[in-house]
Amino acid sequence: MHWFILKRLLIIPFLLLIFSVISFVLIQAPPGDFLTSYIAELAQGGTTIDQAQIDALRRQYGLDRPIYMQYLLWVGNLLQGDLGVSLEWRRANVELIGERLVLTLALTTASLIFTWAVAIPIGILSATRQYSALDYVFTVLNYIGLATPNFLLALVLMWIAFDRFGMTVTGLFSPEYAQAPWSWGRFVNLLQHLWLPMIVLGVAGTAQIARVVRANLLDELGKPYSEMARAKGLPEWKLVLKYPTRVAIAPVISTLGWYVPQLLSGGLVVSVVMSLPTIGPLLLRALIGQDMYLAGTIILIFCVLTVIGTLISDILLALLDPRIRMEGN
Amino acid sequence: MQQTPTVPEARAFAVRSRTDLGEPILSVRGLKTHFVMDEGTVRAVDGVSFDVHPGEVVGIVGESGCGKSVALKSVLRLIQKPGRIVAGEIMYRRPGRNGARPELELDLATLPPLGRRIRQIRGGDIALIPQEPMASFSPLHTIGDQIVEAIRLHDPMSVADARKLAIAKLREVGMPSPEQRFRAYSWQLSGGLRQRAIIAMALSCNPAILVADEPTTAIDVTTQAQVLQLLRVLQQEHGSAIVFITHDLGVIAQLADHVVVMYLGRVMEQGPVRSIFHTPRHPYTRALLQSVPSVHSEARVQLPTIAGGIPHPLYRPPGCPFHPRCPDAMPGTCDVRVPAMVDDGSGQPVACFLHHDVAEADDGA
Repeated sequence: MHWFILKRLLIIPFLLLIFSVISFVLIQAPPGDFLTSYIAELAQGGTTIDQAQIDALRRQYGLDRPIYMQYLLWVGNLLQGDLGVSLEWRRANVELIGERLVLTLALTTASLIFTWAVAIPIGILSATRQYSALDYVFTVLNYIGLATPNFLLALVLMWIAFDRFGMTVTGLFSPEYAQAPWSWGRFVNLLQHLWLPMIVLGVAGTAQIARVVRANLLDELGKPYSEMARAKGLPEWKLVLKYPTRVAIAPVISTLGWYVPQLLSGGLVVSVVMSLPTIGPLLLRALIGQDMYLAGTIILIFCVLTVIGTLISDILLALLDPRIRMEGN
Repeated sequence: MQQTPTVPEARAFAVRSRTDLGEPILSVRGLKTHFVMDEGTVRAVDGVSFDVHPGEVVGIVGESGCGKSVALKSVLRLIQKPGRIVAGEIMYRRPGRNGARPELELDLATLPPLGRRIRQIRGGDIALIPQEPMASFSPLHTIGDQIVEAIRLHDPMSVADARKLAIAKLREVGMPSPEQRFRAYSWQLSGGLRQRAIIAMALSCNPAILVADEPTTAIDVTTQAQVLQLLRVLQQEHGSAIVFITHDLGVIAQLADHVVVMYLGRVMEQGPVRSIFHTPRHPYTRALLQSVPSVHSEARVQLPTIAGGIPHPLYRPPGCPFHPRCPDAMPGTCDVRVPAMVDDGSGQPVACFLHHDVAEADDGA
C-alpha cells in the first residue's frame, strides 16, 4: 500500500512538467498576445497608442523575448513560489487567485459531498427495488436532473427565492461580509449562501451517478457472490451494503479526479449567472484578454488539483479493492 | 453394440438403502416454479416431487435447461423475480440435534423469501455449494471474513471463536496452511482450493442438508475427483444429507444413493442408483445412459444421441414433455395426457404410459 502511494507520488512532478508545457502552448496558440488585445480594446474606446509606447510595453512585459524564454521565466518563477503578475490587472496573481481558489474548492467539495450523499442512496434504492414505483419516480427525476441546464436551474431557484421569500441568493456572501477578513461570522455567512450553488452544480452529477450506481448494482446483485451471501442467510440490506454496493461504487469513486475541472467548465455559466466569486469567471476574463501568466497559472493550479483528486481516488479505490492494493506485489 | 455405463462394483462408498434411513428430512411435493415474463410463462419446474432422507446422497440429473438448478434454488427460496413458486410444498423436517436446534417441521414454500425464518434455515440447516467457486466469494473480502460471517449468522459467538472454528473447518476440508488461507482472497487460490473453501463455508454451521449445484463443473477433472471424494467423506462424518445436481452420469454413479432424472421441469423417473443404471424404465433415462461414452465401446463408433433438441421453453409440447423425441411414443396418448409419477412397488417410480395409465389430474394446465 505504501509503495502504491509512493509510486503515484513520484509521477506527479513529471505530470506537472508536461501539463505546464501544454497549458503554456495552448495559451500562446491564439494569434497575437496580451498587447494586441489590449490595443484593440483601447482602440474600441477611441484611444490610440503610438508604436514607441507599444514597444516599451512589450519590453516591459518581456513579450519581445522568444517564447521558450517566456516559458522558462514563468516556470522558473513558479518553482520559486512566485505565481507571477497579471498583465491586465497589474496585481500579483496570488492576490487575484487566493480567495477565489478557496471559495471554488469549498463549493466543489460541498457539491461533491451533496452529489454522493444523494446519488448513492438513490442508486441503491432504485436497484434493489427495480421496476417499483419508487424506481420509476427516481428515474423520472434523474432524467429531469440530467436534462436541465444548470444555469437555468440557477435562474429558476433564484427567482423562486426572490419572489417567494424575498431573498437575494446571488454571490457567496452578504454585502457586509463580501470584503471583510475571515471570521467565524463570515464562515457562517458562507455556509448560508453555499447551499444553493451547491445544489445547482450538483444536480446533473447526482442524476448521472445515481444511474451509474443503479446499473452497476443491478449487475452485481445478479452475480453468484450476492446469491451465495443470500444462501448463507444474510439479511438482504446487510448483503446489499456489504458486497455488491462496494463493487458498484468503484466507478463513481474513480471519477473524483475529474470533478474539479468538470466543475470549472460546467460551473462557469452558473458562476456568472449567480455572481459567484469563484475562479471560473477570472479564468474566462484572463483567456479573453490573453493575460497569459494569469491564465497559465490558473490552468496549472487546476492540473495540480486534478492530479491530487486522482491520487485521492486511487487511494480510495485501493482501500476498497484489495486487487488494486496488491497490484504489482 | 454400445455398452451403457454401470455403477462400478468397486464404488468407493457403499450405496445406502432408503429402508435404513428413516423418515425423509426433506419432501418436495408437486413443486412448480414458473417465470412469468412479457413473452409468456416459462414453466422451469413443473411438478417435481422427491424425498431426501437423513444422510442420503440424492443426485438430480438432466440436460441443461431441465430445471434442476431452479428446483434446487426453489428449496432454498433463492428464486429471483420474475420467478415464483406457484404450487407445491417443500416440507423440511429437522430432528432435534443435541438440544442445540429444536425439532422443526416447516413448509419452506410458504415462507416469505427474505424473511427471518427462511434465513435461519439457509446456511444453518440447508447450505448451498454453488456452481462457480470463483465467482461465489466476494473478491473484495477475505475468505476468512466470509466464513466467519456465515458462522456468526447462525451461531452467536465472538469473532475470535468463529475464527478458530473457520480455520478448523478449512483444515478439515484439506486446505493447506489454513491460517494463511484464512486471510487470503478467493482470487489468490486455485480452483480446487476455492471449491474446498466454499465447502468449508457450507459445512461451518453443520447443516442437515448440503445442496450442491454442479459442484464439480467449474473445476478440472483431476480436482473433480478429489472434491467428490471430499464431499463424500465429509458427508459420512457429519451425517448430512446431500442433494446435488449434475449432467454427468459418471458423478452420479460414483456419489449418489438415489437418482432423480429430470426433463423439461418434470421428474421422469427416480430410484436407487443401481436400479436407474441397470434397469432404467423411462425411455429418456435409457437414451441418457446410451449417450455416455464407455470404455467398453468400440473406438470410432458414433455415439448415439437423443433425437431432436430441447423444445423452446415457451413452447412446451402438450402431453408428456419427452414425447416428440421419444422412440416409443404412443400417438393419441403421450401427446395428449401428462403421465403421473407412479410407484408400482418397485421403489423406482416412473412417469411414463409404457408402464402405467395414470395421467396427471390437472394435465399440467
